[in-house]
Amino acid sequence: MDNKLIIGSPPHVHTRETTARIMWMVTVSLVPAGIGAVVIFGLQALWLTLWSILAAVATEAVIQFLSKSKISIADGSAVLTGLLLAYNIPPNAPFWIPIAGSCFAIAIGKMVFGGLGQNIFNPALVGRAFLMASWPAAMTTFCAPLGKADAVTGATPLAALKEGKIVESLSYLDMLLGLRGGCIGEVCIIALLVGAVFLLIRGYISWHIPVSFIGSTALLMFIFGRQGAFTGDWLFHILNGGLLLGACFMATDYVTSPLTARGQIIFGIGCGVLTAVIRLWGGYPEGVSYAILMMNAATPLIDRYTRKRIYGT
Amino acid sequence: MAKTNNLFLEFWKGIIKENPTFVLALGLCPTLAVSISVANAVGMGVAATFVLLGSNIMIALLKNFIPDKVRIPCYIVVIATFVTIAELSMKAYSPALNRALGIYVPLIVVNCMVLGRAEAFASKNNVVASILDALGMGVGFTVALILISAIRELLGAGKIAGFVVTKNFAPAAMIAMPSGALLVIGLLLGYFNYLKEKN
Repeated sequence: MDNKLIIGSPPHVHTRETTARIMWMVTVSLVPAGIGAVVIFGLQALWLTLWSILAAVATEAVIQFLSKSKISIADGSAVLTGLLLAYNIPPNAPFWIPIAGSCFAIAIGKMVFGGLGQNIFNPALVGRAFLMASWPAAMTTFCAPLGKADAVTGATPLAALKEGKIVESLSYLDMLLGLRGGCIGEVCIIALLVGAVFLLIRGYISWHIPVSFIGSTALLMFIFGRQGAFTGDWLFHILNGGLLLGACFMATDYVTSPLTARGQIIFGIGCGVLTAVIRLWGGYPEGVSYAILMMNAATPLIDRYTRKRIYGT
Repeated sequence: MAKTNNLFLEFWKGIIKENPTFVLALGLCPTLAVSISVANAVGMGVAATFVLLGSNIMIALLKNFIPDKVRIPCYIVVIATFVTIAELSMKAYSPALNRALGIYVPLIVVNCMVLGRAEAFASKNNVVASILDALGMGVGFTVALILISAIRELLGAGKIAGFVVTKNFAPAAMIAMPSGALLVIGLLLGYFNYLKEKN
């Protein structure tokens, strides 16, 4: 009986927005960062991204075909997962890394929960966590940007910082343009900002998560500076690692982040604090992906305690 | 004829219909811990089957003498006796396996599968049925362990029963970690439940 009621209660708001349109818009907003990566690292970044997207779409199609459900690869969510996963791997990774990661991300991160809208964790980050745990060497060996091949190696600035080296040769302009070692999608900050501003202006994401996420990480990095309290180079920490990519494009995933503005700010601060804690005292140089995954797990709880009271109840 | 059939069913149910790992979800702690290689799985399966057999026989024999109120401590004493026998034998004859399984051999004492069969079956049935129940459950447990560990060993270490398959394959270390065990068991549980639904 319930299944026959296909119309919700009024009022019915008409909008052009559909899930598919939003997914494709987010995908489009990520394209500049991809172009930036290809310019910085060469065509290998493009091939890895294509492999990743192809594997994600194919995995979703195969699983939906086998489970005899509607094949929904055209809604763009698998493409977006594949794209985000590729942006989270080093540009010199072997080609099977994005394929294995995308298959895992879609199959275990999304489809076992029942597909789009049911998953607890961001699928792309599930894929990344799987890759980090399985093939740590391939996931933490970074090549240097093109034209900078004479540089020591391509270790990311954050990794160098973790080992106690001082990163001098890198100006803020270099970081902004992405002329440093790092994952495919995280390096070109300018391009990421263009995409994020586009999403914000069009209203596909709200400011709450990115601002609270980046703000709390920057604040903690400033407080716990290396030369004593309140001396931290907070701008360095915003421009390095996957903070911008994570805060604007992955923490804001509709399915796995809280619904209310208050909940989103709690979520963002939680992500920011965890990221800073991992960067400062953790075993890994970078903690954005794990911070988001941990807060994904807390999302149902946050939603429960920030639910808006309906008048009269 | 019907009687033999029933007894055979007591044996057979432990392997498929009431598989301790995939259907009853009992004894998952050792399953998670030792299913890293097929050799470990076989060792654990044999040890657990031995304990199960011994305790089921003893409890089926003693069921009329054990006061109901203190039955659980009595079962534990019986089970602990057999676990000690299994552990000491393993230490004597197969020290390498004993080292690999570590604490999980003594922990068979508190394995809910062994206690569960004592409480749910041996204390209510005769000796012959209890023996077959123990054998069925033990074999079912061993088969489940071998299945899980074969998948984990292949994906997590690139080996089948200790032999390297191919050197060109970079194994996914995560499958060999505890999280991989939870993942493989979860997927297999889901798959077997799906098959059950379908029938």
